Amino acid sequence: MSLISTLARLEAVETGRAQPVATVRHRHLTGRPLVCVPLTTAGEAGAPLGALVGTDRDAPRLLVVPQPRDRDLRFAFLAELADVVLPYIDSYAADVEAAERSETDPETGKRVKVEVELCADAPQLIVPSRAGIDFVRLLGRSMRFRRTAEQDPEAPHPAPPRVPLLGRWLTHYGERARVPGSALLLALTDVLSRHWATGQSSLEDQHLGALLAWIDPPEGESGAGAALRAELLRDGRGQLVCPPAGPATDPAFDNKLLAPAIERYDRARTALAAAEDGVEADDRLGELTAAEQHIRELVASRTRPTWDAVWQGLDLLRALPEGGHAADRWTRDRWSFTGHRDRVLAGEPPQPRRDDAVTAANKLATREREQARLEAQEALDDPLVMAGRRLAGEAFAGEVTDVVMAYGEGRRPVPRPLVTVRTDDRPQPAERARVYRSLGGRPQAAEFVGHEDDGALVVLRIVDKMGRGKEPEPGSLPEKGDRVCFTLFEHEQRGGAKLPDPEETPWTHGGPPGDGSPPPDAVTEEDVL
Amino acid sequence: MTAVFDPGAEAARATDAILRDTLRGTHRGVVVDSPPGAGKSTLVVRAALELAAAGRPLMVIAQTNAQVDDLVLRLAEKNPDLPVGRLHSSDADPYDKALDDLPNVRKSAKAGELAGLDVVISTAAKWAHVKGVEPWGHAIVDEAYQMRSDALLAVANLFERALFVGDPGQLDPFAIVGSEQWAGLSYDPSASAVTTLLAHNPELPQHRLPVSWRLPASAAPLVSDAFYPFTPFRSGTGHGDRRLAFAVPSDGSGPDRVIDEAAESGWGLLELPARHTPRTDPEVVRALALVVRRLLDRGGAATSERSDGPVPLTADRIAVGTAHRDQAAAVRAALAELGVQEVTVDTANRLQGREFDVTVVLHPLSGRPDATAFHLETGRLCVLASRHRHACIVVCRSGVADLLDDHPSTEPVQLGVMVKFPDGWEANHAVLSHLSEHRVRWEP
Repeated sequence: MSLISTLARLEAVETGRAQPVATVRHRHLTGRPLVCVPLTTAGEAGAPLGALVGTDRDAPRLLVVPQPRDRDLRFAFLAELADVVLPYIDSYAADVEAAERSETDPETGKRVKVEVELCADAPQLIVPSRAGIDFVRLLGRSMRFRRTAEQDPEAPHPAPPRVPLLGRWLTHYGERARVPGSALLLALTDVLSRHWATGQSSLEDQHLGALLAWIDPPEGESGAGAALRAELLRDGRGQLVCPPAGPATDPAFDNKLLAPAIERYDRARTALAAAEDGVEADDRLGELTAAEQHIRELVASRTRPTWDAVWQGLDLLRALPEGGHAADRWTRDRWSFTGHRDRVLAGEPPQPRRDDAVTAANKLATREREQARLEAQEALDDPLVMAGRRLAGEAFAGEVTDVVMAYGEGRRPVPRPLVTVRTDDRPQPAERARVYRSLGGRPQAAEFVGHEDDGALVVLRIVDKMGRGKEPEPGSLPEKGDRVCFTLFEHEQRGGAKLPDPEETPWTHGGPPGDGSPPPDAVTEEDVL
Repeated sequence: MTAVFDPGAEAARATDAILRDTLRGTHRGVVVDSPPGAGKSTLVVRAALELAAAGRPLMVIAQTNAQVDDLVLRLAEKNPDLPVGRLHSSDADPYDKALDDLPNVRKSAKAGELAGLDVVISTAAKWAHVKGVEPWGHAIVDEAYQMRSDALLAVANLFERALFVGDPGQLDPFAIVGSEQWAGLSYDPSASAVTTLLAHNPELPQHRLPVSWRLPASAAPLVSDAFYPFTPFRSGTGHGDRRLAFAVPSDGSGPDRVIDEAAESGWGLLELPARHTPRTDPEVVRALALVVRRLLDRGGAATSERSDGPVPLTADRIAVGTAHRDQAAAVRAALAELGVQEVTVDTANRLQGREFDVTVVLHPLSGRPDATAFHLETGRLCVLASRHRHACIVVCRSGVADLLDDHPSTEPVQLGVMVKFPDGWEANHAVLSHLSEHRVRWEP
C-alpha cells in the first residue's frame, strides 16, 4: 500500500468517512450498463441459484432456479439468462464506425493499413464484487463447450440453443476483466475502492454494503458505524439486514429459509408427479407454483438490496467527471468487443480450455503493458494520484527557476537546454535517468543532470520534442515561472517483441501444440449428474 | 578415514563434465545450477571460448545490459583476438564505453551486421527482436533462473542447442500482473525459463557447481543449509584463509561492536528496539549509514587467498542491500549526509550476481507489522546474505522472530506447481537464529 493511501485510510478512520483517493473517474461507464447480481448454491460449484439482471434500475428481471441440483431447471435458467444478455450484446454489435488497423500483408509481409469495422460502443457488464467476476468466468466455462441438440443430436442433456454462445461471451468478458484498466466487466467494489479509501481493510472493502456505508453513510451516522451495521445487523429471524453481495449466500439464509423452501418445492413436485387424476393434479400444481413463488420471493429478497446498492454505487461514480484517458482505454475495450464479435460471426470454435504457450505469453505481455499504461495514465489524469507518485519519489512538481540554452555535442548543433526546477518533492532519479512531462498530451523527455541547493533544485536537460531546427520551436520549452510536473516513469508503453506463431512454438516450450497432447476429457457420468 | 575435500579438484571435475556435455553431448540442452559465487561467470566465459575454438557459432543471452558488457569485457580479457559482436539497443548510451577500446569487439543494433562473428552477445530483450536470421548452432543462456519463461519463448527459435546457467536460489522472475490463471501449466509464462525447459525436456543433463569461491567458510554452511538444503555446497576457502582487521579500535558504540563481531565471526546483527515503522525507518537507515561510515573510518584491511598481504577495505568493496528502492534511496541520502561516497547501495534485485568484501543489509522484515510473500521470498534474503567475501552485517528492528511466528506462509497451493523448498518462512527463521548468535543490541 502506498504512503498516500495509508494516509487516506488513517484519515478515514479518524473522520469516520471514506476519503477520496481520486478526483476523477478512472473507468469509463456507459450510459446503459447491464447489471447482474448472481447468487450461487452453497456447496454446489457452478450451480446458480438465481440472479437479478437488467439495464433498468427500476425493472430488473428476476431469474430463479427453484431446485439448483436439477440440470433441466439449471439449463432453463441459463437459457433465460441468454435471453436477457445476448439481445443486449447484439444491440451493440450492429452499430459500427470505420476504423483503421495495421495488419501484416500475407503476400508481401509488410505492415499495411486495412479498413475495418469498430463497434461504436460496447456492452458493459457490472457485477457487485470480485467474486461475481469469478462467477461469470465459471458460468462461461461451464457453458461454452456444451452441445446443443442441433450440434449433436445424440448428446444426453442437450443445451438450449443459445447457451453455448452465452458461455463464449461470458468467457470473453471474464478474460477481458483481467486486463488492467479494462471496463467491459467491472466489479463495483473494485471500482469504488479505486476512488475512495475506507477505514477498514481491503478485504472488508469486498463487502459492497459496508463499502458504501463508508462512502455514503446515512445522515447523522458515521461510516464506521454504518459499515459495522451492514456487516452484522440481523433481523428478528436471524437474517442479515444487508445480505452479502454474493454470489455466495449467508448460511443462516441457506439453513433457515432456503433449505425448507426447496424441500417444500421438491415435495410438491413429487406429489404432482404422483397425482392420479386431473383435479388432484390441478391442486398439486397450485402447491408447486406457490412453492416456486416462495423461492422466487426469497431470492428476490436477497438480491434486491444488492441491486439497489449497485445502482447507488454507480450514481456515486457518475458524479465524478471521467478521467482524460478513460475514453482511450474504453476504445481498446471496444476493439476487444469487436474482435470477439468477428470471431463469433466467422464461426470460430469456442475459446480453448487452456491457453497455449504463445497465447499465454502474449496475454501476459499485454496485461503488463496495460498495467504500466494504466498507472501512468491515472497519474496524468488526476492530480491526487500524481500526488501519491510524487510522495513516493516517482514524480516531482515545481516552478521553473531557470532555463539556459545549451547544445548537444554532435556534428549538428541540436538544442539541449538546461532547465532548473525548484521543488518541495524529493525525487530519487538515478544519474542520467530519463524523466518525462506531458507537453500537449505527448511526453517530452529530459535527462536528470543533478540536484542543487540541497535537493531543492533539480537540473534537467530537455532532449526531445523541440523540433528539427537549431532553435527550439516556440512553446516546446518551459519558461521561467512555469509550473511543471515531471515523472520518473514513462507515459507511453512500447510494444513488446513479436512472439513466434503457435505453430512455431520452440522445443523448450514443448513444440507446436496439437501434436501429442492428450485429447480433451471424455464426458463422464459425473459430467451429467 | 574420511576423504579430504579438495575444492579445486571438485570444481574442476564438475566443470569438465559440463563442458563435455556441452561440446560433445547429444542433448539439445544442458542445465547448470550454480550457488552464489561458484564461478558461474568463469564457466560461461570458458564455455564460450571453447565453443568458439571448436568453430561453433555462438550466441550468448544475458538478462541485463550490465551483465552483457561484463561478459564482453571478460571474454576480451581472456582472448583479445576473439571476434565478438555486441548487439545493443538503439537507445542513447546502449553499452559500456569501455567496449570502444576493444579492437575485436564489433557493436551494432542490427544482428545482420554481426553475422559471422564467433560470438554474439546481447540481452534477452534485444534478442527477442531479432527476426529472419539463420539460427545459431549454440547458445549460452546466462542467469537462466532469473529469465522468465515467456522471454525464453521469444528467443528459443534463434538457436539449436543451449547451455543454461543460473542460480536457483536467487530471486525468481516476477510479473507485475496476476498470472494465477496459468499456474500449473508447464509453460506458465511467469515461471522461470529453467522450470519450463525442464518440464518439457526432463531428460536434459543437469549439473551443479559444488564450491562457492566467494562465500567465506563462516557463511557457506549457513547459506547452503538455509537456501540449498537438498543441494549442499562448500566454500572454497578454510576458516583461517580470510581475515578482516581494523586499525582503529572500537569506540564501544553499537556500530563498532557489531563491526568487531562481524570481523571475528563473519556475521553481525545490529538490533534496534522493536517498533512498527514506515519502510524508510529513519533510525535504521541512520544506523546502516553509521555502520558504513565506521567501516571506512576504522581502516579495515581484508586478507584473503587473492593477494599476499592485507588489502584496504575501501568504499568500492562495501555494499548496502535493501528490499525496496525507496529504502535504498533513503540510505544513499543518509550516506551522503555522512560524507560517504562510492558505496554501492541497491535492492536485492539489482545486487544479484555482484560481489563485495563486506555487505550491510537492511533486514526485509525490519519494523514491519506484517510479513508478506514479497518480504518472505527466499531468493531476496538469499541474495542479501550471499554477496560478501568476508562479513555480512544485518541491521534490524527487534521482534522479527515473533513477526514470523505470527505470519506463517499462506500462499495458496496451486495444482501442478512444484512447491519450492525451502519456503521463505523457514529460510528466514534459519538465518535469524544463526544471526542471533552474533547479536549486538543498540539503542541509537
